[in-house]
Amino acid sequence: MQRVFPFFLEAAWITVLLSVLTTILGLIFGAIGASARMSRFALFRFLGAAYVSVFRGTPALIQLFILYFGGPQIGIQLDAFQAAVIGLGINAGAYMAETMRGAIIAIDKGQIEAARTVGLSRFQTMRYVVLPQAMRLMIRPLGVNINAMIKATALVAAISVVELTYTAQRFIGSTYKPFEMFLIAGVLYMIIIYITGQAVSWLDRKARIN
Amino acid sequence: MKDEGDHMTDQKPFVDIRHAQKSYGTLEVLKDINLQVQKGQIVAIIGPSGSGKSTLLRAINDLDPLTGGEVWLEDKQINKNLPHRQYEKHINLVRQEIGMVFQHFNLFPHLTVRGNVTLAPKMLKGLSDVEANTLAEAQLDKVGMLERIDYYPSQLSGGQKQRVAIARALAMNPKVMLFDEATSALDPELVEEVNLVMKKLAEEHMTMIIVTHEMSFAESVCDRVLFMDQGVVVEEGPPEVMFRNPTSDRTKEFLRKHLAGQHP
Ligand SMILES: Nc1ncnc2c1ncn2[C@@H]1O[C@H](COP(=O)(O)OP(=O)(O)O)[C@@H](O)[C@H]1O
Ligand SMILES: [Mg+2]
Repeated sequence: MQRVFPFFLEAAWITVLLSVLTTILGLIFGAIGASARMSRFALFRFLGAAYVSVFRGTPALIQLFILYFGGPQIGIQLDAFQAAVIGLGINAGAYMAETMRGAIIAIDKGQIEAARTVGLSRFQTMRYVVLPQAMRLMIRPLGVNINAMIKATALVAAISVVELTYTAQRFIGSTYKPFEMFLIAGVLYMIIIYITGQAVSWLDRKARIN
Repeated sequence: MKDEGDHMTDQKPFVDIRHAQKSYGTLEVLKDINLQVQKGQIVAIIGPSGSGKSTLLRAINDLDPLTGGEVWLEDKQINKNLPHRQYEKHINLVRQEIGMVFQHFNLFPHLTVRGNVTLAPKMLKGLSDVEANTLAEAQLDKVGMLERIDYYPSQLSGGQKQRVAIARALAMNPKVMLFDEATSALDPELVEEVNLVMKKLAEEHMTMIIVTHEMSFAESVCDRVLFMDQGVVVEEGPPEVMFRNPTSDRTKEFLRKHLAGQHP
C-alpha cells in the first residue's frame, strides 16, 4: 500500500495541472464564444451558437477520442496530455461561454442606456459598466463549471494520461485492492474540489465587498 | 396646436423635432410630432401612460431611433443615417451634449458616487483624476451630495440617487437636459429635494425637456407644456393656459382625472 502513495501524489499533481490549464483555456474559449454569441454580426453569432451546441451536445469523451485518436488522421498530432488539455478546454469553454453570456445579459438594460447616454461607446460601456458588474455575477456559476470540469478530467484516463483515475486503475492489477485504490483517488479529487470551491467562494465574497 | 409654437420661432430653435414618427411593427406610437425648443427654454411633456412621452424623449438622443422625421440640436442633425462606425462616432459625440435622467436613476452600482460622476468626463474628455475630481465635487455640491461623494449608490436614498444621476449628467456640461419622470419612482417625501435641484437648473437657464406627472411642478418651472395622447401632441401652450384653461376636451379630461388622483 505504502508504495503507491508517491504515484498518487504525482497523479494528483497532474490532475491539478490539467484542471488549471483547462480552466485557463476554458475561460479564453468561453470569452471568445460569449463575444461571438453577442456579436453585431450574424455570422459570428451563428459560429458562437454552433460552438456551444456542438460541444455541449456531445459527450466530452467522444470529443477527446476524436481529437486524440482521430486527430492524426487529419494531421493533428498531440500527445495525450496536450489532447486532454485542449479537448477539455474547448469543452469547458462551451459551458463557460453560456455562463458568461448569461451574466452579461442579466445586467439591467438601464445600465447600458445610462452609459450610452453620457456618450460612452459600446466598447467603453462593456468595459467599464457592464463587465465589472457581470464579472461579479459570473464567479459562482463559473465555479460550478470548473467543478464539473475537474471531475471531467477523470475522462482523460481513457486516453492514458497518468492522472488520478488512470493511476487508480493502474494499481488494481498489482495490489488487488480496487476499493482502496478508487477510494484514494476519490479522496484526492475531493480535496482538490474542496480547495477550488473555497477559492471561488473567497473570490465571490471579495468581489461583493467591492 | 401650432400657434403657440409659431409665435416663439422668430429665433432658430435649439432643439428641433420635425415630423417625428415612430412605429413598433404596426403600432404607431408617435404620429408626426413637431417640437421646437429655444435655448434656455423649459418644456414639460404631460399625458397618460403609453401616450409616447418616453419614446419622444428617447428619440432626442436616438436611444429609441425614430422611424420617420428628424431631430436637430442647434445646427446638427442627431438621427442621421450613417454607416455603423460613422454613426457610432457621431452619436457618441452628440450624446455628450445631451444629459438624460431616468425614472430609475440607473446609477452604476459598482462605482462610488465619485466614480459615477467622473467616469464619462475621464473617458471622453480626457480629464486627469485631479481635474475630474474637482469637476465631480463642483457638480455634487450643486445637487447637495458632496458629503456623500465616497458612498456607493446602494447606500443612498432614492432622492439622493437621483440627485447624483443629475450631477453625473451635468458633469458632461450638456446643452440640454432630458428628464423622464425623474421623480416618479420616489417616495413622496423625497420628491421635493429632486424638484429643488431641477428648479435650480431652471434658474440657471438650462434648456430642459421634462416628462412629468407632477402638474404643480410643471406649472412652477416650465415655459411651455405639451399634452400628448396616443402619439400626438393634442395641445400645447404656456402652463397658466394649459393647466387653468385648456381648449381640448382630452386635456381637460386628463387633468381632471389626474388632479383628482393626486388629491384623493
Ligand atoms: N420596445 C417597444 N416595443 C413595442 N412597443 C413599445 C416599445 N416601447 C414602447 N412601446 C409602446 O409605445 C407606446 C408609448 O410608450 P411610451 O413612450 O413609453 O409611453 P409613455 O412614456 O407616455 O408612458 C406604448 O403603447 C408602449 O407600449
Ligand atoms: Mg414613460
